[in-house]
Amino acid sequence: MDKGTRAYETIQLGHGSGGLMTRDLLDDIVFKTFSNSYLDQKHDGSIVDFNGKIAISTDSFVVSPIFFKGGNIGELAVNGTVNDVAMCGAVPKFLSLAFIVEEGLKMDEFITIVNSIKKAADESGVQIITGDTKVVERGKGDKIFINTTGFGEVNPKANISTKHIKVEDKILLNGYVAQHGMAIMSQREGLEFESSIESDTTNLNFLVNDLINEFGDKIHLFRDPTRGGVASVLSEIAQDINQGVLIYEDKIPLEKQVAAACEILGLDPLYVANEGVFLVVVDALISKEVLNFMKKDQKGKNAALIGEVTHEHPNKVVMQSSIGGRRIVTPLIGEQLPRIC
Amino acid sequence: MKYLTEYRNLEATKSYLELIEKTVTKTWKIMEICGGQTHGLVKNGILELLPDYVQMIHGPGCPVCVTPLNLIDKAIELLEQGVIVCSFGDMIRVPGSKKSLLEAKSNGGDLRILYSPIEAVKIAKSNPDKEVVFFAVGFETTAPANALSVLHAQKEGLKNYSILVSHVLVPPAMEAILDDKFCNINAFLGAGHVCAIMGYKEYYPLAEKYKIPIVITGFEPLDLVQGIYMAVKQLESGIYNVENQYSRVVKEEGNLAALKVIHQVFEVGDREWRGIGEIPNSGYVLNKEFKAFDAETKFGISHMKVPENPNCIAGDILKGIKKPHQCNQFGKACTPSNPLGAPMVSSEGACAAYYHFSSNLITE
Repeated sequence: MDKGTRAYETIQLGHGSGGLMTRDLLDDIVFKTFSNSYLDQKHDGSIVDFNGKIAISTDSFVVSPIFFKGGNIGELAVNGTVNDVAMCGAVPKFLSLAFIVEEGLKMDEFITIVNSIKKAADESGVQIITGDTKVVERGKGDKIFINTTGFGEVNPKANISTKHIKVEDKILLNGYVAQHGMAIMSQREGLEFESSIESDTTNLNFLVNDLINEFGDKIHLFRDPTRGGVASVLSEIAQDINQGVLIYEDKIPLEKQVAAACEILGLDPLYVANEGVFLVVVDALISKEVLNFMKKDQKGKNAALIGEVTHEHPNKVVMQSSIGGRRIVTPLIGEQLPRIC
Repeated sequence: MKYLTEYRNLEATKSYLELIEKTVTKTWKIMEICGGQTHGLVKNGILELLPDYVQMIHGPGCPVCVTPLNLIDKAIELLEQGVIVCSFGDMIRVPGSKKSLLEAKSNGGDLRILYSPIEAVKIAKSNPDKEVVFFAVGFETTAPANALSVLHAQKEGLKNYSILVSHVLVPPAMEAILDDKFCNINAFLGAGHVCAIMGYKEYYPLAEKYKIPIVITGFEPLDLVQGIYMAVKQLESGIYNVENQYSRVVKEEGNLAALKVIHQVFEVGDREWRGIGEIPNSGYVLNKEFKAFDAETKFGISHMKVPENPNCIAGDILKGIKKPHQCNQFGKACTPSNPLGAPMVSSEGACAAYYHFSSNLITE
């Protein structure tokens, strides 16, 4: 007879078989944790009501290590997708949640991740309404991969599109860059260095929605610079709008310890991944008000106006260095590689 | 951040730029030796702040750029033989004759990116049934750590650790550049970190023989403009001394402990430079006592030779005869995502630095 999910020390292939062990895993851990009126129907899918336009975004999470300073892959999987939906000018409502677990993942770790997902979902006000769990043989995965798809109601006041960006628009950032990437880097095998740098993973949907309610269509674009960093997102924007982007090196919010770690490892913080950061492009007339508004919010207290859109150097991002020189900021190619010396 | 922000100060940098402007009366070509300096010049936009009279020529001091193609092929060969190959990060994307180390990794090779060769010794110790090779590239700067890894392995009695050595030395390269008939360089910014290890006594005979000023220079914006100012001042007064701008780090005699480790493990030997060719006595090889740690001998791969891509003018770039954007392939057939030659790969490489940062491209 089945001995109950929590009696297993590790995830077994059978937990993904679709049979009794799967049912137990779902009942004992997944359904129990995420219980809500949609999920409790235990159907193959969920039927939901929406008002108006819907924003949808999907993302897969494969971070290694799965536990890092400041978070784990579970909350990343929620916040990452919640933020992507929010960047569309929408209020995230529902998430799908799919696990691909490698045989042998510790049951305790799986439970911790599920609990983190629950906490992050509650904090951002979304419900998990459908999902899937697969188990692959040992060596065919990397502990756990998670896919989430988010569904949100577009705020009727929002009018977010690169099409609305015009010359002289201002570009703001809500806080310190490069925190997440450097937190992960500090724990990678062979690179470990002592630091207290924590991932900045968090939800951004409330601040984003407050900004839309306050400033409406004067806000032209939200983007969250995750992988590829601020540089890659700004490069995409410059190309999309066929205008130039000018940023100021000394305005980029950068925490001291992160700056030092980047210096030591020879990495450029502009290319390092973020999880709790967003860029907002706004009409120049309201830029100061937006900045002050953001600074009053916990998630925007380190906000800064970092640059502007210009008709000079179309399609290119140029950064003015702290000594007044200029250089092009190109998108990231492949992985950022540490320098020799 | 002590010793960093002070050297990125706008006002101080400006005042040196003004001094340069006031002092210079004719065109001078100054070569910064080190790739780190090239990176600093372009990253901070210093090139466009300098007066037109001062022309910076980007030197050969990027270790990734001067590592010959056949050494990369050798590292890939080892990887494909099942050896755990450990390397500094920016070496792995440099194209060999057929592929890069990164591509060989995706085909199943066990490639590890490390910050320190000492880590490679740890990997050898914890994988006693596998061979572990550290790809020991670099100038004098990385030589002490690479030598130390060999000493550690010897002390631990490890038989499965060796290094694929491609160490090159700065002074013979400077001499090769100065002996080139197309050479038009008037002064050098000496490589600060190389001199932190080696000191700068060996530059006195060079300055004297070629009547050329050499200013040992650091890497921050203020270091660079101060170094350039010191070089310009010498050039304008017609003198050619060895001066030390980077005195907060560099001593005349160098780092004696590091030198001791280098001399214990390595001896000077001939080396091939990518794009330049073989330069006599221009690198380090393992000395007799440590030959057992030489990966080329151990795995019988010394004979491997491959020709360079004929469309790449890396040699002219590294010698300062041509600038990256004067190459027909620059930004077209050769880009950082598809580099024909090594200077386009490392962010310290002159071509990649130009491609990524250069103000020359801003208005194009």
